[in-house]
Amino acid sequence: MGKALSWLLGGRRPLASHLLLAPAAGWLIVFLLVPAAGLALLSLAKNGAYGQVIWTFGLHNYRRAFDAKYLPVLLRTFAFAGGTTALCLLLGYPLAYYLSFRAGRWRNALLIGLMVPFWTSALVAFYSWMIILGKEGLLNAALLRFGFISAPIGILYTPFSVLLGLVYFYLPFTVLPLYASLEKVPRSVVEAAYDLGAGRWTAFLKVTLPLSLPGVMAGGLLTFVPCLGDFLTAELLGGPRFYLLGNLISNQFLMAQDWPFGAALTCLLLIGLIGGLWVYRRWEAEDA
Amino acid sequence: MNGESLLEVGPLTKSFGSTAVLKGVHLFVRKGEFMTFLGPSGCGKTTTLRIIAGFESPDSGRVRLSGIDVTDQPPYERDVHTVFQHYALFPHLDVAGNIAFGLRLQKVHEAEIARRTAEALALVKLLGFEKRRTTSLSGGQMQRVALARAIVGRPALLLLDEPLGALDLKLRKEMQLELKNLQKRLGIAFVYVTHDQEEALTMSDRIAVFNHGRVEQVGTPGEIYESPKTSFVADFIGGANIFSARVLPGPSGRARLLLEDEFELDVPLDPGETLPDAGKRVRVAIRPERVKVFYKDELPFGSLRFDATLKDSVFLGDACQIYLQLFKKAPERMMVASAGGDRYAAHDDLNVPVIAAVQPEDVYILEPDENA
Repeated sequence: MGKALSWLLGGRRPLASHLLLAPAAGWLIVFLLVPAAGLALLSLAKNGAYGQVIWTFGLHNYRRAFDAKYLPVLLRTFAFAGGTTALCLLLGYPLAYYLSFRAGRWRNALLIGLMVPFWTSALVAFYSWMIILGKEGLLNAALLRFGFISAPIGILYTPFSVLLGLVYFYLPFTVLPLYASLEKVPRSVVEAAYDLGAGRWTAFLKVTLPLSLPGVMAGGLLTFVPCLGDFLTAELLGGPRFYLLGNLISNQFLMAQDWPFGAALTCLLLIGLIGGLWVYRRWEAEDA
Repeated sequence: MNGESLLEVGPLTKSFGSTAVLKGVHLFVRKGEFMTFLGPSGCGKTTTLRIIAGFESPDSGRVRLSGIDVTDQPPYERDVHTVFQHYALFPHLDVAGNIAFGLRLQKVHEAEIARRTAEALALVKLLGFEKRRTTSLSGGQMQRVALARAIVGRPALLLLDEPLGALDLKLRKEMQLELKNLQKRLGIAFVYVTHDQEEALTMSDRIAVFNHGRVEQVGTPGEIYESPKTSFVADFIGGANIFSARVLPGPSGRARLLLEDEFELDVPLDPGETLPDAGKRVRVAIRPERVKVFYKDELPFGSLRFDATLKDSVFLGDACQIYLQLFKKAPERMMVASAGGDRYAAHDDLNVPVIAAVQPEDVYILEPDENA
């Protein structure tokens, strides 16, 4: 047993060290690569009149995806993902900065507080938001009570509520990479900037901000990418007529019974994301 | 204090939590002077430096620069620049960008920036490195960039926080001389923090010896070495045998001491040096290299002579440490003598009776001995 272990962990035989990878690799192959390949295959098939899959292959689903009638959904999705990312960065950067530079002994407590939404089921969180934002909800009640409005207004099922939900859900994804990169900014380098005559704001703009840009990119990406595929937020907080790319895809599978078209849309989204990540990695490698 | 005084601090106190780091540090630095803060880690030298730079504020005490109280000024308003311990170069800027950082903030004309950057690079022997990334430089080169960045703005005072600590021994020796020459040429006052006594003795005009949040002694390297005032200073700089002695009644200007209650010594006092009353105890230091060891058949020189037994000798290459047993009442309290490496290198002579000889002026009288 000990001998077998040292053979495994020794690392002198490439085959042995590859064996250590086997469980994770096996998992990914069975539950990610195989389904993805199946999805790619499915995207080339044809949809039957009764929602059955007809295995004749062609690019017709992709041609259909580029139909102009889907363009507004695509644009809206990018607008919401972009808007969410921008808002998360604007809200998250000061928060991450505070956590890293100012929080002192409260830092760990605040970091845990930031993680709490992570540990709450998204479904529970969004139903809570529905209760807060609804016609009879807490927010309307408060606004009525303090006389800002005279009758309940529609907050839920508006673009605003979708954006709110997205920002709420993805903010930790933005803050944690930002925090990590701000932690890596050497304090002595910031002091050097003060020492050479930079005030607080100048030192931030000329030193801290440029040095935390990798975190801005990583945090932005970690927010933007999942936002593009998000469908739950729009489904629950946007109402039935509010459509993002994620809803379009989930509808192909759940409502329209057009699995091949849904698969094609999914593949296009994946290609877009992988392309984006590739560009980011290139940028990062060039910078390092 | 002194008309030439550039910086006056004190009496500074500073606590971090319940730890008192500075307990009344008081000193001044003259214009164009190379002042070293020397002491072991945790002695308060770096905290004092950071208070002068403006990165920390003292609990009490003031910092005056060119006669102006700057205690409440932020670092960016002080005419003081710092060379940081680990260089603290801006990793996103190239060498020239690092050096020009301060000048750009002052909105100096670009042509002037280029000229002064080149001048600073020439001073630290890094011409041609303008466009290099700082992350691609060696430790010594980064050190030079940090130095150029700090001097290019011509501050009145330059603070250096163990700047050579991360370099290897050979490079450190080279940089010591270079730094000293640079300081002379620029005429900028340096405050140099180090825990390396040899570095301090080599480079400084004056040394302030720190211990436990206080300045134990300030003086030229010669003064610190030749007339240490406390056993800490004697031991930390150069190393010393520290003994206890009882003061005996004697003529003024001289001290009659009973060393470890066994040997009577008659030692001259420095002008102005005072001695506790007769009957009190003082600490006394004798430098190992001032102790001469003679075999019984040799003719000793040195007017204070002790019968001793050679107990051990340690070969150090260029020197040899000899452990001598002097005292019958306290045999464990050995005297260490330092001799040339060619002498007593062998262990053949152990337990041989010898004579240890010292000149009276090489016996330093230190602080009163509280323990006795």
